Amino acid sequence: MITSTSDLLNIRQQHLPLIEARLGREEAAGEHQILVCAGTGCSSSGSHGLREELKKQVEAHQLQEKVKIIKTGCFGFCKLGPIAVVYPEGIFYCRVRKEDAAALVKGLASSQVITRLLYRDPATGHLPRRMEEIHFFQAQHRIALRNCGLINPEDINEYIARDGYQALAEALTRRPEEIIAAISASGLRGRGGAGFPTGRKWELTAAAPSRPRYVVCNADEGDPGAFMDRSILEGDPHSVLEGMAIAGYAIGAKQGYVYVRAEYPIAVDRLERAIRQACRAGLLGDNILGTGFSFNIEIRLGAGAFVCGEETALLRSIEGRRGEPRPRPPYPAQAGLWGKPTVVNNVETLANVPVIIRKGAEWYASFGTKGSKGTKVFSLAGSINNTGLIEVPMGTTLREIIFGIGGGIPGGKKFKAVQTGGPSGGCLPEEMLDTPVDYEALTEAGSIMGSGGLIVMDESDCMVDIARFYLEFSQDESCGRCTPCRVGTKRLLEILKRITSGEGSMGDLKLLEDLSHDVKEASLCGLGQTAPNPILSTLRYFRHEYEAHVRDKYCPAGVCRNLTQRPVLH
Amino acid sequence: MLDKYSRLDKVVKVYGRQPGQLIRILHQAQEIFGYLPPEVQAYLAARLNIPLAEIAGVVSFYSLFNSEPKGKYTISVCLGTACYVKGSQEIFQAFKNEMDLDDDDTTPDRLFTLRSTRCMGACGLAPVVAINDDIYGQVKAGDVAGILSRYQAKELADDHEYQRPVEHPATAPPPH
Ligand SMILES: Cc1cc2nc3c(=O)[nH]c(=O)nc-3n(C[C@H](O)[C@H](O)[C@H](O)COP(=O)(O)O)c2cc1C
Ligand code: SF4
Ligand code: FES
Ligand code: FES
Repeated sequence: MITSTSDLLNIRQQHLPLIEARLGREEAAGEHQILVCAGTGCSSSGSHGLREELKKQVEAHQLQEKVKIIKTGCFGFCKLGPIAVVYPEGIFYCRVRKEDAAALVKGLASSQVITRLLYRDPATGHLPRRMEEIHFFQAQHRIALRNCGLINPEDINEYIARDGYQALAEALTRRPEEIIAAISASGLRGRGGAGFPTGRKWELTAAAPSRPRYVVCNADEGDPGAFMDRSILEGDPHSVLEGMAIAGYAIGAKQGYVYVRAEYPIAVDRLERAIRQACRAGLLGDNILGTGFSFNIEIRLGAGAFVCGEETALLRSIEGRRGEPRPRPPYPAQAGLWGKPTVVNNVETLANVPVIIRKGAEWYASFGTKGSKGTKVFSLAGSINNTGLIEVPMGTTLREIIFGIGGGIPGGKKFKAVQTGGPSGGCLPEEMLDTPVDYEALTEAGSIMGSGGLIVMDESDCMVDIARFYLEFSQDESCGRCTPCRVGTKRLLEILKRITSGEGSMGDLKLLEDLSHDVKEASLCGLGQTAPNPILSTLRYFRHEYEAHVRDKYCPAGVCRNLTQRPVLH
Repeated sequence: MLDKYSRLDKVVKVYGRQPGQLIRILHQAQEIFGYLPPEVQAYLAARLNIPLAEIAGVVSFYSLFNSEPKGKYTISVCLGTACYVKGSQEIFQAFKNEMDLDDDDTTPDRLFTLRSTRCMGACGLAPVVAINDDIYGQVKAGDVAGILSRYQAKELADDHEYQRPVEHPATAPPPH
């Protein structure tokens, strides 16, 4: 039980050597740690079996004293899983099979590197040994992901060794207003999509007269193509809990809820464990660190409805009801859960909070651009070599993300578009690749930051079909409460289907555009208000593709089945 | 069946008094029964003192809940964006052809239910297929038959132990 800051520091001191060795800062003669990723990606490619086999091998060679096998969260390079990193050397192995365990353990004694398990740079053929030598990792700056792939997410002591819960301890010695001021000064904006200033949101909630107040973590992550929040929850759940407790102190709340999708079983499991451990350690619950501040956190499960990510719908769902949005205002800051003032924050937003408190607002604000401070986690997927999870300073260009860190387009294909912001976002073409990731710059370019899913498309993707795909999603997920969204998305989808099946007319393009604007303006919640964005952005940048479908009855990408005959040239 | 209801009673005991735990209770009920038939919904309505209409409303709202029985294995093919651009549509089609099923259908032997889902958060491995809790990444349409036969073989091996879910609970819920 940790009842004071000095208890906390003792635990930190006690477990620090383990982490230091992992960071290569401490000479631990002859001792090794093998970190094996246990994120969803690697788990599905067999990391559990690998871990078991490694343990067996260690026992068989009676190396239990000298070699530790540690499970971690996601390293970000999920496609190459299972990932294993050997410390103190920091050797990065990928696609490690159970069958490789024996060689790996044997190699430790003779300091032998197993070349066939190293990462091969597809561009240069180079075989970097250490993580730091791989461009994918070099180019990143990890703040929200600081512990993912570095600590065992199921062991609170490892989190504490990484300075965990120190920000909470420090916050509790300051006044709530000071904490809010620090978050405001850091420039942190909500990572769930809209980018609302986090400090301002806390301030509004703290100023609301009624009580009790609540903190809610939005871990619904309904955006298809996004897995940032999932990875943070799986790899570093305590950072989110600590962020929530700090938020709770700042706004005067005693209770927090994490709303997480039931479809994320590993994340739910790790969160449950983390909450249990934090309660047992006295870092959640009554009279935290002897300061008189009490804060509890419970989990509420989502059940597969995209609209439940919208904050008013989410709050209803936490109350156990149908997750239907309601008009705002009143905002949750004024009337949220059970009608009480509530802060709703995204997972990544909250994971940033402890670092900001510990290292200071100025430090955080030194990263990023004028209006978008700090770093942003993106999930890279689609037609890109290095699919996975990355974190970069705001202001990094899309080109650097896709062609630098992401390693470009596989199979010698040509880049066509990058989709950001999921169903609420848009597709940007080649000419816009020098856009920096920054809330305003992306919006101006016709897309949005959104939650951070980046899907890369190449010449074999049809942009009209992609617009159809998103509209189908929005139409499916519309809660049906208001007509513009329910009927509007249906009509939009019908028109798109007409065009992709070769029955569209030029008039349809005008109709699409007009109807898109109507649906945007008249819908009640963010789902309907943003559903037409994929259409508007593709019409803006890829109008020629629509025209080819309508006028030439030809799909240039060869996706739309009825439209694969090349048009006869006149 | 009685055993299932007593398991459900335990869930109600743990979560029934906490506000807003209806979704968790329904989720666990679905784990116990495999789906949420009207009998179970009615039972919960009585136990939790919530109108049946409200429970039915919640069940129908969330895609995670089924009021139809499902197979022993639910095959979920991800049709989220990352998977879609990697050709998951073809994989879905391959499953449909292989088993002669439509979306949300169950094989006559109640072994498999096929459905499309949106993003399981394993997009880095797209295209992704999940069979109950097993996730398969970077699946190709050609892998489909092999994946299916793995479960069929497993089924043959432990057939004698397993009773497939039946259409309706064999007995009425116990009186309350
Ligand atoms: C249809 C819709 C879906 C949303 N889904 C999510 C989600 O999955 N996760 C999330 O954090 N925010 C989501 N949001 C945004 C939330 O409503 C809310 O703005 C956010 O959680 C606030 O946290 P932040 O300020 O930390 O970003 C969604 C919004 C809409 C309109
Ligand atoms: S805009 Fe769509 S999702 Fe939002 S409340 Fe209206 S119908 Fe429901
Ligand atoms: S899940 Fe292992 S690297 Fe992402
Ligand atoms: S889009 Fe298929 S797992 Fe995310």
